[in-house]
Amino acid sequence: MKSLFLVSFLAPSAPVGSRPFSQHLTTKCFGKQLHFHSRCVLFSSYTCSATLSVVPDLQEKETFDGEKASLLLKDLRKTFNSGKTKSYEWRISQLEGIAKMLEEKEKEILDALNKDLSKPGLEGYISEVSQAKSSCSEALQELKHWMKPEKVKTSFTTLPSSAEIVSEPLGAVLVISTWNFPFLLSMDPVIGAISAGNAVVLKPSEIAPATSSLLANLIEGYLDNSAIRVVEGAIPETTALLEQKWDKILYTGSARVGRIVMAAAAKHLTPVILELGGKCPAVVDSDVNLQVTARRIIGGKWACNSGQACISVDYIITRKEFAPKLINALKEELKQFFGEDLMESKDMSRIVSPTQFSRLVKLLDEDKVSDKIVFGGQRDEMKLKIAPTIILDVPDDAMVMQEEIFGPIMPIITVENIEDSFGIIKSKPKPLAAYLFTNNEQLKKAYVENISSGGMLINDTVIHVATRGLPFGGVEESGMGCYHGKFSFDSFSHKKSVLYRSFDADSSLRFPPYTPEKEKLLKAIFSGNIIRIILTLLGWS
Amino acid sequence: MSSSTDADEKKKESFNAEAASLLVNNLRATFASGTTRSYEWRASQLKALIKLCDAHEQQIIDALYSDLAKPPLETVAYEIAMFKNSCKAALKELKRWMTSEKVKTSIATFPSTAEIVSEPLGVVLVISAWNYPFLLSLEPVIGAIAAGNALVLKPSEIAPATSSLLAKLLGEYLDNSCTRVVEGAVDETSALLQQKWDKIFYTGNGRVGRIVMAAAAKHLTPVVLELGGKSPVVVDSNIDLKVATRRIIAGKWGCNNGQACVSPDYIITTKDYAPKLVDSLKAELEKFYGKNPLESKDLSRIVNSNHFGRLTKFLDDEKVSGKIVFGGEKDESKLRISPTILLDIPRNSLIMREEIFGPLLPIITVDKLEESFDVINSGTKPLAAYLFTTNNKLKEQFVMNISAGGLVVNDTALHLAVNTLPFGGVGESGVGAYHGKFSFDAFSHKKAVLYRSFLGDAPVRYPPYTNIKMRLLKALVGGGLLGIIRALFGLS
Repeated sequence: MKSLFLVSFLAPSAPVGSRPFSQHLTTKCFGKQLHFHSRCVLFSSYTCSATLSVVPDLQEKETFDGEKASLLLKDLRKTFNSGKTKSYEWRISQLEGIAKMLEEKEKEILDALNKDLSKPGLEGYISEVSQAKSSCSEALQELKHWMKPEKVKTSFTTLPSSAEIVSEPLGAVLVISTWNFPFLLSMDPVIGAISAGNAVVLKPSEIAPATSSLLANLIEGYLDNSAIRVVEGAIPETTALLEQKWDKILYTGSARVGRIVMAAAAKHLTPVILELGGKCPAVVDSDVNLQVTARRIIGGKWACNSGQACISVDYIITRKEFAPKLINALKEELKQFFGEDLMESKDMSRIVSPTQFSRLVKLLDEDKVSDKIVFGGQRDEMKLKIAPTIILDVPDDAMVMQEEIFGPIMPIITVENIEDSFGIIKSKPKPLAAYLFTNNEQLKKAYVENISSGGMLINDTVIHVATRGLPFGGVEESGMGCYHGKFSFDSFSHKKSVLYRSFDADSSLRFPPYTPEKEKLLKAIFSGNIIRIILTLLGWS
Repeated sequence: MSSSTDADEKKKESFNAEAASLLVNNLRATFASGTTRSYEWRASQLKALIKLCDAHEQQIIDALYSDLAKPPLETVAYEIAMFKNSCKAALKELKRWMTSEKVKTSIATFPSTAEIVSEPLGVVLVISAWNYPFLLSLEPVIGAIAAGNALVLKPSEIAPATSSLLAKLLGEYLDNSCTRVVEGAVDETSALLQQKWDKIFYTGNGRVGRIVMAAAAKHLTPVVLELGGKSPVVVDSNIDLKVATRRIIAGKWGCNNGQACVSPDYIITTKDYAPKLVDSLKAELEKFYGKNPLESKDLSRIVNSNHFGRLTKFLDDEKVSGKIVFGGEKDESKLRISPTILLDIPRNSLIMREEIFGPLLPIITVDKLEESFDVINSGTKPLAAYLFTTNNKLKEQFVMNISAGGLVVNDTALHLAVNTLPFGGVGESGVGAYHGKFSFDAFSHKKAVLYRSFLGDAPVRYPPYTNIKMRLLKALVGGGLLGIIRALFGLS
């Protein structure tokens, strides 16, 4: 997922990437970052403040700086250290609070999403509210089971003993969320953090302000504010938060900011989960059910927040001969879905902001690209709408093929043989998702074996993230760490190894003085050779 | 660069960023060719590592003796045997580890099948430490190879004999197109850290750990950091004192003379019990190491004069020097410090603020044993925490209230040898874990794969969005069968 808003601000400083490595890096790079931030504040159109829940006694307009962040964290640590958040009962009560909030405030949530993104009600419901519900109910259902220590077998050398792996909360964690699914991508990690028994601060995205302020209000109203807080804001607030020592940071957004988050985390040895994006390809074979394929691609592109989703189909690769058929099917189904006048459809989200709008328009207006449009291309800057747009056979060095699109533009790349698609995908950084449509079992196998991506889905798009039991997370440029369901719980837990021994069976073998006999016997034991053990014990070898 | 394939005379040339970049490019080319992915390749490399151990045991013992005067039995038990065990376990389990894990799918995506596929990350970097220079180099290598990665190992320059032995032996025994050793210190490590890796596995201290992670952040490289910390031992008064004493000694002085990341750093016990414990420690220490421990062949020496100086500074602290109840002898020329026990030192002394990593053992006394929890929790989270007691209630509380990488009740350090337990720190003691299957997982990407057919394409997912669709969806999500039927018939 991408939140490019920071990118334009941060680009000139190139804070992490451009400096040669040195011991100073750790201390300096973030310092530079901060310096730049302080200048950026001026450009930020959205002025932010801490939520009431953070500092109720202070004026709302006061800035949330490092000092306030440190105070906030101190409060949360106090709660955490009291042991309150560790109990099963507390975790359940908070999860129930979220479930109740989802039940009672559904309309408000859908309205906020509509305000921020013109997100259609049904889409908001399917992709955000219902997912959060399902995540919450899974946690409620499974929590007892997740919290149980896992017994493990112990080895011969430590007998007699018993061992278990205990899941314990990490402490106080930070969730930095994003604007494209601003509700789900805020609440889903929070559900994980709470399930694992942590205190948590959520920083929703300022690019989706209606949802951000709704979240601040709802969380204050429904959850235990001594352990769960919302801090609204943009770069200065985020920077203030990142200066603190957290026990885990989960960030959803762009790779560029991901690097900044990780560099900040490194100062405190804080582990991170980075949920980023990438160019997610869809390879379409020619033996497919064309109508179903077209509908599922549309479902994962334009019906998925107008392509503004981290797992949205970024581009299609198909065979030269098959491309015209696929394009026709896409056109046909797009009209079925969104009507003859795609710009007027109420069933499609708008582009989130003018910045994003102009970024997308720039991709389309590039010389190499503008004459390749085979469908769509209309735009309305006033309404921040861009029509579903298909471009055929753009060169690989076009911007639209070099960066994540994150919008309603769909390039189709054609190849002679469908296997040629592997080389194209592998020449780019590893994406968050990779899709394949085919009936050819051989091709499926080759795809799974050869293509590396966060997740993979054969013959559909996007819905692997709704599949219980599958981890959701990227690899390489698309992210690190994963969450969803049990994986969320694990990501916000420390897996503590515990070995129990009794005072019996204290062999003197381990202890000095070390004699050649002891060494021989030890070697025999470690090699598992019974005869040698006996011989050694009898002093025969 | 002392990568073993470079037989030419340019060996002495410095290993700079350019050389590092070339090296990584070569490894990437091999990785891209798919060599490292096959089960056969992985198994062949693991077998070669076992063979290496068997054929060169004496050389390994000698190298460790040269670097640390490590007693041969310690080397055999803690470095070679543990490594071979891990290797054998990996060989035995590898097929199972590599098999993708089937996952049940939900009704929302029906009909479909799902699995989690473990795939290698690519080219990984292992930066090792000097205290167990053999084990801590090769144990992560097992994981990296088992998971099918190409890798570079950077052994510690502070244990030079082992470092050069590893470079030589890995060059002889392993496939050099996929596995390379780079020897060196800060410059070489910096050159390596500038490159883009798919995982960095670092064993060492928190200061360098931060540098490693910051360097990794530039390339979005995930890291495993195996660090240390002040690992406490809480000693109750209801125990088998002799057994407890021997086990504490084994985990402290019997573990590289306290130079181990899981070594007991300090003891907490009650005021009344402390004298008994001290007497017992003295008696057993004498049995183990004789009247003159500076001469004992069963104790490692301090690794170098830097560390010797660091440790003597602890002892020279005014608040501390009068508190020595046992030991305190040192021989700078031989880099030897005898097992030393300090009683009741103030908590704000230098030795109680830093990881000791040597043969000094402070004992802190409390009125009630439960106070130990606060003492431990007031510091950063250690890599290990130990408790000796027969009181089950106390065990339970300890496990519940003390956060550490790992815990052992009634023994020390031994959890490391249990392959089914993850080994890794938390907070200041590290990020990530390894050992056994956890090593394989640490060096794998868990790829979620969902398979669907073209059947079962419900129009309810797609626009145009109608109220009926909304109702149907809500009913589906809510799981109410009656609601589903109603919505389908347009009744509600």
